[in-house]
Amino acid sequence: MKENGMFDKTAPSRTDVRTEKRTFGRRRGRFKRNAGLFGLSLPGVLYLLVFAYVPMFGIVIAFKNYRYDKGILGSEWIGLKNFEFLFASDNAWRITRNTVLYNLSFIVIGTAVGLALAILMSRLGRHWVKVHQTVLFLPYFVSWVVAGYIALAFLDNSAGFLNRALESVGLPGRNWYFEKAPWPYVLVVAHEWKSIGFGTLIYFAGIMGINQDYYEAARIDGATGFQMARKITIPLLMPLVTIMLILSVGNMFRGDFGLHYFVPNDSSFAIPTTDIIDTYVFRALRELGDFGMSSAAGFYQSTVGFVLVLLANYAVRKFNEDNALF
Amino acid sequence: MNSNPTETRVVNLIFILLSLLMLAPFALVVIISLTGEADLIQNGYRFVPDRLVFTAYEYIFKVPSIIVRSYGVTAAVTVIGTVSGLLVTAMIAYAISRPDYGYRRVTSFYVFFTMLFSGGLIPYYILMTQYLHLKDTIWAMILPGMLSAWNVMVLKGFLAKIPMEIIESAKMDGAGEWRIFFTVVIPLSTPALATMGLLIAFWHWNDWLNALLFIDSQKLVPLQLLLVRMLSSMEVITQNLDKFGIGGLDVSKFPTMSVRMAMVVLAAGPMMVVFPFFQRYFVQGLTVGSLKG
Repeated sequence: MKENGMFDKTAPSRTDVRTEKRTFGRRRGRFKRNAGLFGLSLPGVLYLLVFAYVPMFGIVIAFKNYRYDKGILGSEWIGLKNFEFLFASDNAWRITRNTVLYNLSFIVIGTAVGLALAILMSRLGRHWVKVHQTVLFLPYFVSWVVAGYIALAFLDNSAGFLNRALESVGLPGRNWYFEKAPWPYVLVVAHEWKSIGFGTLIYFAGIMGINQDYYEAARIDGATGFQMARKITIPLLMPLVTIMLILSVGNMFRGDFGLHYFVPNDSSFAIPTTDIIDTYVFRALRELGDFGMSSAAGFYQSTVGFVLVLLANYAVRKFNEDNALF
Repeated sequence: MNSNPTETRVVNLIFILLSLLMLAPFALVVIISLTGEADLIQNGYRFVPDRLVFTAYEYIFKVPSIIVRSYGVTAAVTVIGTVSGLLVTAMIAYAISRPDYGYRRVTSFYVFFTMLFSGGLIPYYILMTQYLHLKDTIWAMILPGMLSAWNVMVLKGFLAKIPMEIIESAKMDGAGEWRIFFTVVIPLSTPALATMGLLIAFWHWNDWLNALLFIDSQKLVPLQLLLVRMLSSMEVITQNLDKFGIGGLDVSKFPTMSVRMAMVVLAAGPMMVVFPFFQRYFVQGLTVGSLKG
C-alpha cells in the first residue's frame, strides 16, 4: 500500500470527448496502448468475477425459497420470510451478541497486550527479539483444527491436563465440553495465543520507526523506562493504535469460524456462548440443509459488515486522510 | 534502547516465561503422542510421563496408507495452488502497480471491493457445488485460495518499487508487456514473490474449510480434514462409552488418544519446523500489508 492511498487519482479523465466516433476511436486507441497489461490482469479479473462478484449477486437467495432443482434464478421469491424466521427465533440475537462481544474483547485485550509486549520487546537485545518473536509467532501458523486438539489435551473431561491438575490440588474438575460458562474465557485465551505474535509485531514495527533521539534526550534527563513508554512511545504510537482499532471495528461482524467451531469441539452444550454468525450459517447449511435461514443470516452479516467497514473508513479519513483505505 | 541492568533482566525473564507458555501447548501434544495409552488413562495428560514410547507412531506407520494419501493430497493442493496462485496474483498486481496503466484505478477498485463486501458462505457453496460442479474434486481445494485481494494489494506494494526506467528501457528494446513481466519483473522481485508464495503455501496447507465443505470422497481427504474427522469420531467413541456406562472398558488396546495426537504432530510438525527458517520473509510480508508508508 502506498503513502498516497490505494488508488492513483491522476488517471486521465476522458469525458470531454465530443462525438461518439471520436470516443470510440480514442477508446480503442487507449485499449491498444494498455492491451498488454490488461492481458496480464485478465486471469485475475476473471477469477474475481467468478469467485467474488458472482457470489455477491447470489445473496438474493436470502429473499427466495431456494431449491436445488430450480437454481438461484428459478427459485421462487418469498420476500422477507427467511428474515422473519431468523429474527423471530432467539438465534439472531444470540449470534449477533456473541459475534460483537467476542470481537470487542479480542480488540481490547489484543491491543493492550500487543502494545505492552511490543514496548517490553523494544527493550530486549537484538538477538533475543528474534528468538521471542519467532516463538510468539509460532501459533499463528497452526490451523484451528490443530488448536482444537490442543484445547482437547488441556480440557478433556477425564484425562485433560487442567482437570488432572485441579484434582491434584484437591479442587473438583469441570466438564468443560458439557458446560457453556467457561467458553468465553477459553476462546479469548485461544485467540490471544494464536494472534498475539502478530499484534506484537505490528506495534513493535511501529516502535522501531520512532526516532531514537527522543529516547536519548529523555535518558539524559534521567527518565525511567516506564516514563519513556508513557510519555514518548505510547503517544507516538497512538495514530497506529487508532487506525488498528477503527479497522477492527469495521470487522466487528466477521467472526473466526475455526476458533468458534473447533476449539469447543463443535459441542452442542457450548453453542449458547460460542455460536457466532459464521458458525450459525455453517451449521444451518451443513447440518440442517436450511438455505433460507442460513442465507438470511449471511445476508445480514454481509450488509451490516459492509456498512461497518464504510463507517470505519469514514472515521479513519476524518482522523488522518493518508491512512484511509479508500 | 539499553537501560539499567535490573530492568533488562526483568524484561528478559518476562519474555522467557511468556515464550515457555506459548510453547507449552505444543509440548503437551508431542508428549501425549509419546506416552503409553495405559499411562494416559491412569494419569491423564501430563507434561512428564513415566516413560516415552513410540507405539502411537508405530501404529500409524503400520497402516501408513491413510496418512500418506492425505499428505499427497495436501502436498498436491499446496504446490499447484501456490504456483498458479502466485502467478495470477503477481500478474494482476504488476498491472495495477504500473503508474502508466490506463485501467489502473478501475482495476484496483475492482480488486479492492472484494475485501469490503462478500456474498458469504451460502452463495459460494451453491456456486461451487451447483454451477461449477467442483464437489469432490481436487480443484475445490485449489481454486478458492488462488487469489485474494489482500495478497494482490501487498504484492502491488512490492512491485511498485521496480524503477520505471528499467521497464522503459526494456520497452525501447522492443519487448512487449508479457515479455517484460516474465524476463524483467519476475527476476527482479524474487524476494517479494518468495514471501507471497510462502503466505499462499501456508494458507493452502492449513485450509480445512473448503475440504470440509466440498470433500466427501475418502481419496481426496487432505491432512486438515483427516484431523477434523478424527476429532469428531473420537467424540463418537467417548459418547458411546458414557451412554452404555462402560467407561471403564479396556480401550487401552487401541491407543486412541496418543495416536490422534501423533497424527497432529505428523500433520502440523513439518510446518512448525520449516517456519522459523522463513520467519524473516513472513514478518516482511505481514507488516507490509498492515503498516503504511
